[in-house]
Amino acid sequence: MTILILAEHDGQQLSAAVQQAVTAALFWNAPIHVLVAGNGVEHIAKQAALLAGVEKVIHANAAHLAHPLAEDLAKLILTISAEYQAILAAHSSFSRNVLPRVAALLDVAMISDVLEITAENTYVRSIYAGNILTTVQSTDTIQVLTIHSSNFVAAGFGDSAEIVHIETPAAFGKSRWLSEVLSQSDRPALSSAKVVISGGRSLGSAEKFEQVLSPLATKLGAALGATRAAVDAGFAPNDIQVGQTGIVVAPELYIAVGVSGAVQHTYGMKDSRIVVAINQDPDAPIFQVADYGLVADLFIAIPALTAAIQ
Amino acid sequence: MKILVAVKRVVDYNIKVRIKADGSDVDIAGVKMGINPFDENAIEEALRLKEKGNASEVVVVSIGSAANQDVLRHTLAMGADRAILLETDVNVQPLGVAKLLKAMIEREQTKLIMLGKQAIDDDAGQAGQMLAALLDYPQGTFASTVQIEGDEIVVTREVDGGTETLALTLPAIITADLRLNEPRFVKLPNLMMARKKPIETINASEFGIDLKPRLNLLKVSEPPARKAGIKVGSVEELINKLRAHEGIQL
Repeated sequence: MTILILAEHDGQQLSAAVQQAVTAALFWNAPIHVLVAGNGVEHIAKQAALLAGVEKVIHANAAHLAHPLAEDLAKLILTISAEYQAILAAHSSFSRNVLPRVAALLDVAMISDVLEITAENTYVRSIYAGNILTTVQSTDTIQVLTIHSSNFVAAGFGDSAEIVHIETPAAFGKSRWLSEVLSQSDRPALSSAKVVISGGRSLGSAEKFEQVLSPLATKLGAALGATRAAVDAGFAPNDIQVGQTGIVVAPELYIAVGVSGAVQHTYGMKDSRIVVAINQDPDAPIFQVADYGLVADLFIAIPALTAAIQ
Repeated sequence: MKILVAVKRVVDYNIKVRIKADGSDVDIAGVKMGINPFDENAIEEALRLKEKGNASEVVVVSIGSAANQDVLRHTLAMGADRAILLETDVNVQPLGVAKLLKAMIEREQTKLIMLGKQAIDDDAGQAGQMLAALLDYPQGTFASTVQIEGDEIVVTREVDGGTETLALTLPAIITADLRLNEPRFVKLPNLMMARKKPIETINASEFGIDLKPRLNLLKVSEPPARKAGIKVGSVEELINKLRAHEGIQL
């Protein structure tokens, strides 16, 4: 049997998390195929073909896949699914939209956000916002899962694999893509940044969030993140929310500024290598997960920190 | 147009869940329970669509034991018109939930179905998409705004890196993100009145659907805890500590 990875891309390039999905897929010791679906994305298929460990890239090209919808991708995957023992992708808003639909059409369960694969049908995943780990065993013949990328090392690149083209079924037709608004930022992508600075509600306003954190982020080449409280208060856009219902990050250095440390937030950052917390409240729970805690007024400490860094 | 909203009863989000001594499962006996927060957003949006004249009736469905009546009462107090309990002792997994809801939608003939984007207990985030698949309906997941326009629903979705807007031909499935709305506060008189509203109870086994779990729970455990580090006294001390780490450049 064979393993299928659903590749995520933005029309320009392959998502870096596909490399981690390849490492996860190696567990089955079976040939690995990568599905690249889109419109005019031959160059992305070629990128995927260079992934070490991939035997074949399956390329589906169609006008209606320009902004791939879950309905169309599920239809497409169903045309080739009979060949596969496992279908997986890195956990993201893209894969968690598509793969449950695929699983239901195959009449199998799906295993979301897998932390570790322990046997060919057995997985460790977290529940209750990362507070509990469960080990589950699937009884289905086809495994459909998303993987928690930061738990898997990225596969490298090597010789080019074969690229095959497949027919795309007709468009689903009952769903239309209208528009998208993507945050424009000169900063590195939050999910893969080496340094992340997150702000909480203590920043007080969108203006202060920007004024206080931005200079430090620029100096450190860091991505900005935010707690749900800060996002709900309108201090930061929703797509930089770190946590259970936002983005999960695992940078080398995570600096939590004015963040209280609710479990829903720490779920999204607890795999960071070094955590720094700066908060005025000495009892804030964030200090329990921080390597270095500084009890201080952030409006004084952050400019001081920014000034002290070369 | 009728809207069906599915709600799950979960451990209150403020509770830190514990593990049974034998590691076989989580121990939620006697723990405070409530409506899954994302499902409350789904109800709120359904009620707002009705208040705007887009819908005629809001029907709420929950799956589980008789104890689920408390979350159904809560939705009736918020303003839902009817509540249905699909009673079962089985811990129904997302695929089973989707199959049961499909049967309910075929019975109720609803054109719009709303659910939360994920439950905060199992964090699976699958039921809405699975239901859409089984019904061959379009899906608008992680919705932050919805608007009915003729025979379509226009939905803005929260995706990694921004938002995306789709138009779905009704009937359709919507899953709610937290920023879809701020659920209303339930007033005491409404709660009292909701006690008098009937809750229809159907034995889930009547549908003849196989609800057996596809995923067997082998064990539960505590995740490795991140150790608390040290407190530093000043910005200078913090920088010195960080610079001592290999690979950290300040």
